[in-house]
Amino acid sequence: MNTLDTFNCNSLPRRFLLASATALALLGSSAHAADKLPVIASFSILGDLVRVVGGDRVAVTTLVGANEDAHVFEARPADAKTLLASKLVVTNGLGFEPWAGKLIKSAGYKGETVVASKGVKARHMQDEKGHSGHAHEDTDPHAWQNPNNVALYARNIAAGLSKVDASGAAIYQANAEAYAKELQALDVWAKEQIATIPAAKRKVITSHDAFGYFSAQYGVTFLAPQGVNTETEPSAKQVAQLIKQIQREKIRAVFVENMSNPKLIAQLSKDAGANLGASLYADALSASDQPGATYLQMMRHNVTQLVAGMKNN
Amino acid sequence: MDALLTPVWDVVFAPFADYAFMRRALVATLALSLSAAPLGVFLTLRRMSLLGDALSHAVLPGVAIGFMVSGLSLTAMALGGVVAGLMVAAFAGLVSRFTTLKEDASLAAIYLVALALGVTLISGHGTQLDLLHILFGSALGVDREGLLLVAGVSSASVLVLAAMYRGLVLETFDPVFLNAHHKRHGSACSKLLSPWVWHQAFLMLVVVNLVAGFQTLGTLMAVGLMMLPAVSARLWHDTLPAQLMNASTQAAVAGTAGLLLSYHFDTPSGPTIIGCAGVLYFLSLLFAPGGWLPRSWTTRHRVA
Repeated sequence: MNTLDTFNCNSLPRRFLLASATALALLGSSAHAADKLPVIASFSILGDLVRVVGGDRVAVTTLVGANEDAHVFEARPADAKTLLASKLVVTNGLGFEPWAGKLIKSAGYKGETVVASKGVKARHMQDEKGHSGHAHEDTDPHAWQNPNNVALYARNIAAGLSKVDASGAAIYQANAEAYAKELQALDVWAKEQIATIPAAKRKVITSHDAFGYFSAQYGVTFLAPQGVNTETEPSAKQVAQLIKQIQREKIRAVFVENMSNPKLIAQLSKDAGANLGASLYADALSASDQPGATYLQMMRHNVTQLVAGMKNN
Repeated sequence: MDALLTPVWDVVFAPFADYAFMRRALVATLALSLSAAPLGVFLTLRRMSLLGDALSHAVLPGVAIGFMVSGLSLTAMALGGVVAGLMVAAFAGLVSRFTTLKEDASLAAIYLVALALGVTLISGHGTQLDLLHILFGSALGVDREGLLLVAGVSSASVLVLAAMYRGLVLETFDPVFLNAHHKRHGSACSKLLSPWVWHQAFLMLVVVNLVAGFQTLGTLMAVGLMMLPAVSARLWHDTLPAQLMNASTQAAVAGTAGLLLSYHFDTPSGPTIIGCAGVLYFLSLLFAPGGWLPRSWTTRHRVA
């Protein structure tokens, strides 16, 4: 709740700034170094990446803020306004923001857009039977759960920023490369952490299977009671199978992510005799006072929590 | 003997014996069947069949405020829902009493206002958080707290319904008599309270039952278990006690069958239970004494 309040309060003067910045830019025909480049990112993780790559030169606004669910986002008129005032739109792609195209079209935005996941080797959802009802194609959009993909994201964003602001191109590229090094370090660290758990014990329950890329990268098996979308209602059979599996494989690590309904999974883990771990951050960063405020912090938090949980398996 | 019993045990009893979440869902459903379905019969008799639907929207602002004040607390959200529901029902009643509008019309107006207020409140405080999903319960997510809420509300309402049965029946079938009697004897007569009092007490019962159902089982389950069996029960019997019994039984049968089907055929539980109640409704439409087949049979005889 608080995060959204601050988001609103912050975005109001910022929007004013953005508007005046564009007005100035239009008047002066070329952007001055003092005017920050207004950029919109579809959700909080991309917002963080744009901030890292763009540094001081850009002012980022995110449509779906921290701790919010991009699956059920509904645009407000204010969002269309911020969109029009920005020079670059960054989306994840892979079907993560089905609403983005409509919003861009209906707002009449004609500027540049970057699909951050361009070039990522897309995974397909390991769809178990019973979830055949969704409308969108079943590529897994949560590619950022693998740090190596995020390096690609950063490079795509740098390229997009350079297109709009050619004078900063060298800076953007340098920032993206520096960040890629940090991501590599993160990847190495995560592998080391997870290596402390025997391969047979690397099993975890979460409420929303957003960890396909993470799972492929680090060899952790994620079991979810709820299928892909946050809104599907599970059947009694699925819940029963999951409980049976938890008990059979002696899984003690159960996690909820930061924005799904914790009730069902909390109850389920109690039934199966497992422990509920701290929240994982899957689709959104946390508020700035919580442990997942940037992408790097989020990944470190998730790995630490997962390893602590799997120790008890 | 064993060859016969084992499959029956596997299909009907094992799911409940093996899994606590199935037992909790069953108990919550049965408790709601016991109290909500009879209330539904009274609602249909009073031509207020759509009240449940209207209330499922009307409680939203209350539930949302409860959530904002104290997070995911069942007590706060249920309390908010009850307060909002009672306010909407009372307001609709007042409007129908003091203006020319009928109660259903004023209810339609006020519930839409409440729904708009609820959606505004939610979108002002985190649209993107999947609030609508979180604010109401689901059949498989019934926890200890929710179970106590439904069971407590159900027990209390069955007792209250028994206590107010005569007055309520009189007010339902012959409000003119009750009104006249009340006017003649004034408020000094304690035996027959004003129709207004019966009506409001009844609405309170409905609101409390629905909100308990919303919070533990979800809106579809609560309204569905209240109304569908009640509507089908009216096709079977002429007398009120029989209709009440029938409605409760149908709700319980639909709840049990729906949970088992959801378990064996991998379908979402809430919709499956209401689907079962729907099947019972269509069967009643065809085969009940008040339904299509028996009636067409008898009229044809009369013509011939």
